[in-house]
Amino acid sequence: MEKHSAALDAAEAGGTQLITVTFRIRRFNPEEHPDPVWVDYQLEMDPKERVLDALNKIKWEQDGTLTYRRSCAHGICGSDAMRINGRNRLACKTLIKDVDPEKPITIEAIKGLTVLKDLVVDMDPFFQAYKDVMPFLITKGNEPTRERLQSAEDRERFDDTTKCILCAACTSSCPVFWNDGQYFGPAAIVNAHRFIFDSRDEGAEQRLEILNDREGVWRCRTTFNCSEACPRGIEVTKAIQEVKRALVTRRF
Amino acid sequence: MTTEYSDAIVVPSKQAHTGKGLGTGNPADAFVIEPPRKRTAKTPRRTRTNFEMLAWLFMRLSGVVLVALILGHLIIMLILDGGVSKIGFAFVAGRWASPFWQGWDLLMLWLAMLHGANGMRQVINDYAEKDSTRLWLKGLMGTATVFTVLLGTLVIFTFDPNI
Repeated sequence: MEKHSAALDAAEAGGTQLITVTFRIRRFNPEEHPDPVWVDYQLEMDPKERVLDALNKIKWEQDGTLTYRRSCAHGICGSDAMRINGRNRLACKTLIKDVDPEKPITIEAIKGLTVLKDLVVDMDPFFQAYKDVMPFLITKGNEPTRERLQSAEDRERFDDTTKCILCAACTSSCPVFWNDGQYFGPAAIVNAHRFIFDSRDEGAEQRLEILNDREGVWRCRTTFNCSEACPRGIEVTKAIQEVKRALVTRRF
Repeated sequence: MTTEYSDAIVVPSKQAHTGKGLGTGNPADAFVIEPPRKRTAKTPRRTRTNFEMLAWLFMRLSGVVLVALILGHLIIMLILDGGVSKIGFAFVAGRWASPFWQGWDLLMLWLAMLHGANGMRQVINDYAEKDSTRLWLKGLMGTATVFTVLLGTLVIFTFDPNI
């Protein structure tokens, strides 16, 4: 049978349309030069492919020295957060057609963290803030002999903040974090929120005390940059406000 | 996640983001965002006070009260009874003869000054990078605030219409 459906014809016709896209990448190699440079790469891409595919194509076919992190390539591991056209996004979840391929697409490392090379930043301060909020279950008394049960409503209470993949898109979009890296940052607060509002956890008081500190939730200016940057759609600012409310209602 | 690198290899983002010699012609490159002070294992110095929370609450509550106080003040001063043309020494003297208006102005002075000073404190905390700069700016601002509040209070209470 030679006849295909109209939909399949359209899909096949649309599937092979390559366009020329320019990627303007902020390259930085401290061994070569102390200043970063913007380098343009031109390649033929299907606009329905992702920015990560383009980066791979550049690295594999044009310039093997281009350095970036990626692992799962499906938006779960959180290693390829970068500033694409001035906004923090995951390269593996951003389609080229969505970032205006008519103009050069700018790609640079996330801000507020030390750039080591090209798009690779030092994540240690970010994970230090994460560790400081004690992101693990804290309980008192003897361990139960079976699972710690929880109602569906209790699980729903912190469902949003369980989605975090620690990609640092939110923290590195926060102007308070840019100015002063001592601030815990949205990601650490989101992960504290995940345990503070967990009915099985008994360490909420300790975590709230940590976030009540000078560099804690009170430094948040509710600019909503974090909520906008989150590739998982977590309502980050809302989570921070809920921690604030918990602190206020705990005292009064 | 512990990584060891010598200073010779790693250039801090302060240097990396100077924006010198970039060929994009993008005006945004001029707005350099300095790198933050780094967070380390020692960073959280527990203060164990509720000062930040109380300051945050004060901003919200004083803001709501100030909206009413300042709008009322502006309407009386600028719109009612012929607007600004009526304001003179006699007008002020007449108002401050009443304890109600004394109280209104006193409350407005204190709330506005503390609200503004707390806002400035946040700005200094955000933007001052060196501890000494921060200390000096806060000291200067604190002195100015205390001076203004005390002087204003003194004038409201000791105002003499017969001078």
